Amino acid sequence: MISKNNEQYSVQEMIQANKNKKSAFNLIEKGVPAFLLLCATVSVATTIGILFTLLSETIGFFQNISLTEFYLGTKWSPWTDHFGVAPLIAGTLLITVIAICVALPIGLAAAIFLSEYASERTRKIIKPILEILAGIPTVVYGFFALTFVSPMLSNIFTDMNIFNALSGGIVVGVMIIPMIASLSEDAMNAVPNSLREGALGLGATKFEVTRRVVMPAAFSGIIASIVLAISRAIGETMIVTIAAGATPNLTIDPTESIQTLTAFIVQGAKGDTSYHSTIYSSIYAVGMTLFVFTLLMNILSQYISRRFKEDY
Amino acid sequence: MNDKVNYSHIKGRVMKNAVVKWIFIMATSVALIFLALLIGRVLSQGVGYLSIDFLKNYPAPYIEEAGLFAGIMGSLAMISITAPVSMILGVCTALYLEEYARDNKFTRFIRVNVQNLAGVPSIVFGLLGLTFFVYLFEMGYTLIAGALTMSLLVLPIIVVAAQEAIRSVPSEIREASIGMGATKWQTIWRIVLPAAIPGILTGSILAFSRAIGETAPLIIVGAATAIYSIPDSLFSKYTVMPMQIYSWTARPQEEWQYVAAAGIIVLLIILLCMNAIAVWIRNKFQKRF
Amino acid sequence: MANKAFSIEDFNLWYGTDQALYQINLDIPKHEITAVIGPSGCGKSTLLKTLNRMTETIPSVQTSGSIEYDGEDIFAKKKMVEELRTRVGMVFQKPNPFPKSIFENVAYGPKIHGIKKKQVLNEVVEKSLKGAAIWDEVHDRLNQNAFGLSGGQQQRVCIARCLAIEPDVILMDEPTSALDPISTLKIEELIKELKKDYTIIIVTHNMQQAARISDNTVFMLNGEMVEFSDTDQLFSNPKDKRTEDYITGRFG
Ligand SMILES: Nc1ncnc2c1ncn2[C@@H]1O[C@H](COP(=O)(O)OP(=O)(O)O)[C@@H](O)[C@H]1O
Ligand SMILES: [Mg+2]
Repeated sequence: MISKNNEQYSVQEMIQANKNKKSAFNLIEKGVPAFLLLCATVSVATTIGILFTLLSETIGFFQNISLTEFYLGTKWSPWTDHFGVAPLIAGTLLITVIAICVALPIGLAAAIFLSEYASERTRKIIKPILEILAGIPTVVYGFFALTFVSPMLSNIFTDMNIFNALSGGIVVGVMIIPMIASLSEDAMNAVPNSLREGALGLGATKFEVTRRVVMPAAFSGIIASIVLAISRAIGETMIVTIAAGATPNLTIDPTESIQTLTAFIVQGAKGDTSYHSTIYSSIYAVGMTLFVFTLLMNILSQYISRRFKEDY
Repeated sequence: MNDKVNYSHIKGRVMKNAVVKWIFIMATSVALIFLALLIGRVLSQGVGYLSIDFLKNYPAPYIEEAGLFAGIMGSLAMISITAPVSMILGVCTALYLEEYARDNKFTRFIRVNVQNLAGVPSIVFGLLGLTFFVYLFEMGYTLIAGALTMSLLVLPIIVVAAQEAIRSVPSEIREASIGMGATKWQTIWRIVLPAAIPGILTGSILAFSRAIGETAPLIIVGAATAIYSIPDSLFSKYTVMPMQIYSWTARPQEEWQYVAAAGIIVLLIILLCMNAIAVWIRNKFQKRF
Repeated sequence: MANKAFSIEDFNLWYGTDQALYQINLDIPKHEITAVIGPSGCGKSTLLKTLNRMTETIPSVQTSGSIEYDGEDIFAKKKMVEELRTRVGMVFQKPNPFPKSIFENVAYGPKIHGIKKKQVLNEVVEKSLKGAAIWDEVHDRLNQNAFGLSGGQQQRVCIARCLAIEPDVILMDEPTSALDPISTLKIEELIKELKKDYTIIIVTHNMQQAARISDNTVFMLNGEMVEFSDTDQLFSNPKDKRTEDYITGRFG
């Protein structure tokens, strides 16, 4: 081997000398992946933990309360032993429907405006502002719903309860606007410009291009974003706990006070419910119902965006 | 004649386009107006009640004396446990998925699992924490139970952010390191992680600001609403800012709204600062490759 | 044979089911510059990366046949791949400095192999940067990020980084293809200089470059080695018709 530049020592020799220490290295090289895998299993354990938690208490619950009473009963009043979940589901659905009625038109319009009409500069300003909406804590939304939106609405609906589904639903809707807007916009942005230019070249207006070309091409992405937003609305807790009331109510009248699945869980856990009592386990039965609803929505959303993924 | 018909037809379509455009702009503005109303309302109600005393005082039965001190310190204590726990777990999970995992069923399962966890309602995490941390591990309604529940809640967000950051490290510099005889872990530790840190930090800070604003799961695992001490151990009772805001909002007397609004201002300012830091990190390190 | 660096026998390589190298037989001499030429996609980079087992980082890769380095099977079970890579260094097509200071870039190799003494590192960095003919340009800003340098300077820092662990062989994969002509010239001069101490195998897209700097040339086509001989002879008097077609510009 040729000596390199007349140095007294050679780096390569020192490297070879250090090689004896390599057994410690080997330990790290083998140990690290094992440790990382261990960390990765925490997320799996979390899922298993959630399922275990919900299932074990729910099974206990159904030893006292029959499935038929839970799912077919129409009165929810745990403190007087009525465990028909329908009013809570109705409350949740009412909130969700109102929220989507608010969020869908506004979210979609914002997505179309940002992706098709707005200049790059406008987009750079509007988009982050919209995303602020997603970062506001839900307790703040709840405060606003109760202290501002509700009083405003009671000017219109004069005999409205101060706690009501309408103000809660509207504010939940505002909260999920950014979700629909930004995911739908992503889907529209993914539509290649060549498609737009083709139609524009034929003399179509921007709106026609949006309606006939962009929306159909981005359809699955838009639907997936809506489904995801629905899931978020179903699982929203604080806004409805604060503003929609605590009255399980099998109604479709949005001016009434209602209670959602999530709001009951808060109420049940907050009160002095003793561990393993029927009321305690009813929280989990309701939680299970909620979990299944949102899980189905999430899976549906993933399925839609995967199944109909456009390949441009 | 034909020309004329055609022309008016086009005019109609162009008109329609212009009208629709304005509808879109107005709909977008509704969201912005709502945001402006919310912030304006909170400011107008709360600013008058902001004071140094408000930051220094414990909860009190009279609005003049009520303060957010316990909540601020509680949130701080909670996040200083949640941050390291969730970051270590999250970054390690991401490293495993991106650097070591073979593309097999188990790996795909972990991936899908992380994605689905991110969609689980936060209150369900509260139930998980109640069963495991509060009762099974006998932690009770303590700071550590709340902080660990929060760690699991933000874990999927951090995993996804870290995965993206790790993926965006160019393969060329990994090859350069491997090509010099560096082992896989040396390459990850000395090259990949340092390059991915800004992205990981940005995503994590956003996740922590979510944790600071969360209320529902902490109600379930028993954060206090009114407490006259700050946590001094992992097993202390505690409250957090949003819990105090919630309890003030839920009071029937209207004057407590103003206290709640003042609390909201403090909370929003803290979140704003965290977001500003995240954006600053992102911009500072953005165009490095 | 002592003057062989690599001895490749009946070597095949597959990416999954696609075969990229077919029955390669080749002896690469020590302390000379061997150029590998051929149209893009013919397997030049693949062959080069096989020599320090970089292809192993791609999970789908499978091989058959044997490669010996310095008389030892590089695929032998007991042989540590990291050790092979300290002997056989690599310089890549695109300059790929680490997002660290110039000093840290060059000191990286010694550091990962356990050399910690600051004074030794200082000397190694200086020596390597001098060896890569970039010391004069960067000695007063060793602590600045290597990304601030021009492309040609970055590439020479990458060469210095490679020299720092004193390999015996340097593999270069189109090291000048991303650079301007002046930087290219500097690097070509540097390569000729390095030949004194190192065995150099250089993949190049550019036939003039191969002719200018190399002692031997390998011509590859569709994963096969078509011809290997003295550079002057290969360019002036190719034995194979396909080589002739390629060097006269009929394809590629
Ligand atoms: N990572 C890889 N995975 C699959 N096929 C590859 C990969 N890298 C290279 N190939 C294929 O192997 C063949 C040779 O590629 P390469 O060695 O890069 O050629 P060259 O360097 O001569 O341009 C090409 O057909 C290429 O598509
Ligand atoms: Mg190549």
